Amino acid sequence: MKLETQWMGIQLKNPLVASASPLSRNLDSMKRLEDAGIGAIVMYSLFEEQITHDSYQLDHHLSYGSESYGEAVSYFPYAPGYDFGGDAYLTLLEAARNALQVPILASLNGATQGGWTEYAREMELAGASGLELNLYYLAANAEASGEEVENMMLETVRNVASTVSLPVSIKIGPWFTALPHFVRRLVAAGASGVTLFNRFYQTDFDLETLQVTAALELSRSYDLLLPLHWTAILYGQVSADIAVSGGIHCGTDALKAFMAGADAAQMTSELLVHGPERIKGILQEIAGWMEEHEYESIDQMRGSMSLRNVPDSSAFERTNYMRVLGSYKPDPTGWLK
Amino acid sequence: MARNLTMMDGSEAVASVAYRTNEVMTIYPITPSSTMGELADAWAAEGRSNIWGQTPLVQEMQSEGGAAGAVHGSLQAGALTTTFTASQGLLLMLPNMFKIAGELTSTVFHVAARTVAAHALSIFGDHSDIMAVRSAGWAVLFSDSPQQAHDMALIAQAAALRARLPFIHAFDGFRTSHEVQGIETLPDSVLRALLPEELIRAHRARALAPEHPVMRGSAQNPDVYFQAREACSPWYKAAPQIVEDIMQQFAAHTGRSYSPFQYTGHPQAERVAVVMGSAAETLAETVNALVLQGEKVGVLQVHLFRPFSAEHLVRALPGSVEKLAVLDRTKEPGAAGEPLYTDVVTALSEMYSTGELQQMPRITGGRYGLASREFTPAMAAAVLEELKKPSPLNHFTVGITDDVSHSSLSVDESLNLEPQEVTRAVFWGLGADGTVGANKNSIKIIGEDTSLYAQGYFVYDSKKSGSVTTSHLRFGPNPIHSPYLIRSANFAGIHQFGFLERYPVLQNLAPGAVVLLNSPYGPGEVWNQLPSGIQQQLIDKQARLYVIDAYEMAKRNSMGTRINVIMQTCFFALSGVLPRDEAIACIKEAVRKTYGKRGKAVVERNFAAIDNALSGLHAVPLPAAATPGRSMPPVVPAEAPEFVQKFTAEIIAGRGDSLPVSAMPPDGTFPTGTSQWERRCIAQEIPVWNENLCIQCGKCVLVCPHAVIRARVVPAEALQNAPEGFQSAEAHWREHAGERYTLQVSVEDCTGCSLCVEVCPAVNKSITSQKALHMAPVREVKQQGMQHWQFFKSLPEHLPGKGRIHYNTVKNVQLLQPLFEFSGACAGCGETPYIKLITQLFGHRALIANATGCSSIYGGSLPATPYATNRQGCGPAWSNSLFEDNAEFGLGMRLAVDVQTEHARTLVQKLSQHLGAELTAALLQQNVHTEEEIEQRREQVEQLRTLLQPLHTTEARDLLATAGNLIPRSIWIIGGDGWAYDIGYGGLDHVIASGKNVNVLVLDTEVYSNTGGQASKATSRAAVAKFAASGKATAKKDLGRMFMAYRSVYVAQIALGASDAQTLRALREAESYDGPSIIIAYSHCIAHGIDMSKGLWQQKLAADTGYWLLYRYDPRLVEKNMNPLQLDSKAPALPLHQYLYNETRFRSLQQSRPQHAAQLLKAAQEDVDRRWLEYSQMAAALPWQPEIAEEEGESRK
Repeated sequence: MKLETQWMGIQLKNPLVASASPLSRNLDSMKRLEDAGIGAIVMYSLFEEQITHDSYQLDHHLSYGSESYGEAVSYFPYAPGYDFGGDAYLTLLEAARNALQVPILASLNGATQGGWTEYAREMELAGASGLELNLYYLAANAEASGEEVENMMLETVRNVASTVSLPVSIKIGPWFTALPHFVRRLVAAGASGVTLFNRFYQTDFDLETLQVTAALELSRSYDLLLPLHWTAILYGQVSADIAVSGGIHCGTDALKAFMAGADAAQMTSELLVHGPERIKGILQEIAGWMEEHEYESIDQMRGSMSLRNVPDSSAFERTNYMRVLGSYKPDPTGWLK
Repeated sequence: MARNLTMMDGSEAVASVAYRTNEVMTIYPITPSSTMGELADAWAAEGRSNIWGQTPLVQEMQSEGGAAGAVHGSLQAGALTTTFTASQGLLLMLPNMFKIAGELTSTVFHVAARTVAAHALSIFGDHSDIMAVRSAGWAVLFSDSPQQAHDMALIAQAAALRARLPFIHAFDGFRTSHEVQGIETLPDSVLRALLPEELIRAHRARALAPEHPVMRGSAQNPDVYFQAREACSPWYKAAPQIVEDIMQQFAAHTGRSYSPFQYTGHPQAERVAVVMGSAAETLAETVNALVLQGEKVGVLQVHLFRPFSAEHLVRALPGSVEKLAVLDRTKEPGAAGEPLYTDVVTALSEMYSTGELQQMPRITGGRYGLASREFTPAMAAAVLEELKKPSPLNHFTVGITDDVSHSSLSVDESLNLEPQEVTRAVFWGLGADGTVGANKNSIKIIGEDTSLYAQGYFVYDSKKSGSVTTSHLRFGPNPIHSPYLIRSANFAGIHQFGFLERYPVLQNLAPGAVVLLNSPYGPGEVWNQLPSGIQQQLIDKQARLYVIDAYEMAKRNSMGTRINVIMQTCFFALSGVLPRDEAIACIKEAVRKTYGKRGKAVVERNFAAIDNALSGLHAVPLPAAATPGRSMPPVVPAEAPEFVQKFTAEIIAGRGDSLPVSAMPPDGTFPTGTSQWERRCIAQEIPVWNENLCIQCGKCVLVCPHAVIRARVVPAEALQNAPEGFQSAEAHWREHAGERYTLQVSVEDCTGCSLCVEVCPAVNKSITSQKALHMAPVREVKQQGMQHWQFFKSLPEHLPGKGRIHYNTVKNVQLLQPLFEFSGACAGCGETPYIKLITQLFGHRALIANATGCSSIYGGSLPATPYATNRQGCGPAWSNSLFEDNAEFGLGMRLAVDVQTEHARTLVQKLSQHLGAELTAALLQQNVHTEEEIEQRREQVEQLRTLLQPLHTTEARDLLATAGNLIPRSIWIIGGDGWAYDIGYGGLDHVIASGKNVNVLVLDTEVYSNTGGQASKATSRAAVAKFAASGKATAKKDLGRMFMAYRSVYVAQIALGASDAQTLRALREAESYDGPSIIIAYSHCIAHGIDMSKGLWQQKLAADTGYWLLYRYDPRLVEKNMNPLQLDSKAPALPLHQYLYNETRFRSLQQSRPQHAAQLLKAAQEDVDRRWLEYSQMAAALPWQPEIAEEEGESRK
């Protein structure tokens, strides 16, 4: 049985990939991921805000109040230099590259134009096997059309992809009017793959203070359904490799992803809860299922349940919607009781 | 370029040598010497080596006294050791200095010479500190410029080792320490050459070591002390020649030659001035010009003031001299003459009497330049001119108008002796706009990237918000020796349009000068917006006017209010000092150097602003005549009192230099309540009230750092004549049912910090972004707001102890008049709300002892004081003694009040037959505690005074003089953490232990804020501060817990933003406690690197994470069988990093040394966890019960 596969041309010993998370913030836990058998690691994200906003903020606070008053022409000591995460990131990437065997992808998170994209090149030099560019952008401005937003994102992709010779996977959210078309444009802009989907911070309210608060819930298997659906639709329609991210918690989840057409299955929440060693169990579940069902390789099952390969493609399309609703029967032990 | 000059200020020039030639540095912040210690600490933090390959140990001490003690110890143990200080700091070192000299020990103290506080404190430069320690037996070597300071730092070090004497290396505070000049830096090889190994080994051989033990510091009796004291004389006799030899050796290495007394001028000079420090350069420049005009004049610069060598003096002086004027930069009241003068007189008299001097010149002495008062070529010329007279004035002053003792020389201010080839540029900026920083870069560019010589000097006012800066830049083809402000500018950059109406920005404009104006008005409309006087000056001077809307340009480039690089680019374009493209490349390179480490994004943003700047620069053709009618507004309103009109207003207008001696209070006493007349109009936005949303909670009034937002409740009829639009609402007080509540803002005094808006809890239930207060552009509300404020001030006010409500809640306290208002503190200051609250509650009967620091600067800096009076004329009486003695100073006030109260009580008893039994009994009643009782007492004292007036007995007069003490005084001792935790701790401890009824307020910003954020023992672990550049490795001292150990002290820790009710309760409890009280108040600060408008949120986070515990320890509770410690904080609910990493002081360590920061964070979290555990256990413990203890004691028997 063959678990080996390729993702964006990167050779993987298996298609389980640790997605960008705190687990890759230090070498020890990255080593644990490798020891547990992970196929590849996407390192935690270096954020656009970290690089630009933190820079502005530091500048503001170091300047504020300085050169105003004779007894205190400044308020902070001289420091030889500051790092807003970039240097530390590159150092860790390089250390991981030297210490580990598994492919390591670097991750950049942002959406707008700016000097932060220059880090892509430095990540390549530090030894990344590939890049994940997380286009994390909330289109809250009513003046900006969908096309304008998409164009801005594509420009960023072009910027990044053109500065590196590495494969670049674009991690996107699900809310595009015409996702397959946009993914094609991503490919045209230089993307080698897409990662479905990133998870936005959810806003919540504190009713006592009337403040908006931010929350990030860990995923559950249920969350797999959306990327699964879109992977199945995209498979074969776009020339990008697909990684599913969000909702992979067990071997069955991963198998579903591959059958929908994913080249890689990315995990975070399950590993955060149960530790990197959980990888072993999931690999055993995948292997066990494949053995039981006599599958020879991951490649063999890839896309087998995709839109174009299932017998009834309407299952993925709108007509299915009414049927699902119609099939719903309230639980008699539930609220009707 | 042939020259190899590095632009740096005098402080860096000195520190560079001191650092490389020492092994141990003990440091303590004091202006203007702090920078030297800061540099040493930062260099050590990055592992920079001295010339022997070691990283010196830099140790911050708790005071200068401590620094000197540690120097002494380090020297005794054999290390090359130095320190940096000034003013009071040097005086605190004095006892050790006697010891160090008495033991013939080699060391150098680098002193940025500064005024010693007398009738007033001054941070500026003169020689009073050096002169105050001149008897300690130290050699004193003066330098006059940054280059000389660099050179003399080495010469002093070499001479100290060879002469076996300690040296003070003195240079003028600010004028030299802060002037930026091109320095030929000394390479390590020269340092090594002048510091031979054998001398260092000899120094080490004299050290204490158990292998060859000796003892020093013996006690001697009358039999031998005298002889032993005389035994050191040969070393002093030898020292001047040693210094001269080293100077010659130095010249051989560098080509720069010095001598102990350095003469410049005509070889057959008849009139010579003798001077030390930077004024020597001014005199030399003047003398050179006068000699060219044929005058036989000269200047003798004293480098080596101690040991004073008459022989070297005579050798340096031309034999032709007929008259000498000796200039001292100090005043020694009551002396026969100032120190340098008397030394010169003595030396020449002796030499004349022994025949070593052929002709005795006539010698006069005079004072100049106290507290950095300008000393210009015109003044230098006046001194030499005076010597032409047959009987020149002796004991003169120059540079001021002394219309009391008539000591001043007249000065021809129009005299301009500056070399014509020098370009002179003056820039007027606002602290926040980055003008000074950009000019520092400009002068560095010119000095290092062109063939020109350059000089930069920067002047700041003493405000911490909205401060005005002036930058004085000179550059030209020859070295610049003009250590005085520019008197004739051929370039004026006015970076704030509003300055045209307020400051004499064009006063010193040279004919044909370029004027660059940052103007919201374009080239077509600006002329008519200029005051007529400004227009006329521009026309008279045939100025070339240019405008740019730099704020709009900055906004477009996301630069906020930082217009620095935009104005800088325009300056380079207009000055033509470099070709434009080259200039822009240089500016960008400077930006990269200055801001590069702050991230690429910042650099890119600046680059964009530079690239776009010149597109907004426009020339403005001048009309032939001014447009009449646009006059300057008055400096202060017409209704201001006479003193304010004649004195305060002159200083506000920048004309303080012209005030004569007779205008000055001779003892430093000033009226209070003057800040209300200095209307600074610095806010861009001010809060606007929505009376319909307001819940009248008073939180905004409570937190306002500048007391500009105020509330009153008045009868409805009081508002009958209110101006249009004056807002009010039905008062939410049962006791004031039917009355009106109004909340008003003094728009001219607001700083726009928006703390009030942040704290406002009243939110529109439909639109949560709307609060009862919002910020609005000041131009939209200013006119009406000013009218409303005037009317508001006329409304009846609330006084403590009077009226229908008790002032024991935040809601009620808002109605009390603050007697601390409109200070120059930073916008959003975290300290001032506490002081303001104290004045609301107790100010009408308060005596305040204020430690030197931020609170004394915004509390007592001229021109105006924020301490104010109520309608009865009562208010805080305030004084600042020193930094280190504030607790003792306050205790002294307590003792004086107590003794006078007792005296008054005795007299009341004696005079009871005149006062009547009832009044006598009332006045002798001791039980006067509540504000109502205190107000009754105030009325009784008024009755007493009325009854005493007709009595002419001694006792009646005595009682009149002391009767005020019968009204309970509230003694407050206020200071920052640098005072309470460090320099004043010993005294504070003693005062607290005295049991006397004093109230101590520690405004804890966790750094020495006033001197720029140096670490104190209040600084927390993991925080970056100056003197802790790599993050403070030890935990914050728990001051409150230390004082709880006395068990008889009221102790509270408070944070307004965490709990205003607890703050109020603690202050009231502390004041009511008949014994010592100390309150430690969390004060967010500009030195924390936070968004100051969020300061209160940060205070709350400090409490929620357990970083800052709220508690009250009240010894009175023990009597009630209760635990005296009440923990007002809840258990920490958030991890510490959520608080820490909102602040640059912590975050910057994470950004500069992430691993180290992570370790310190872990330790800091443990500090928090442990502290909570310990405090919660202490608070939960059973109270002390004597009867139980007694039983237990019995059982143990």
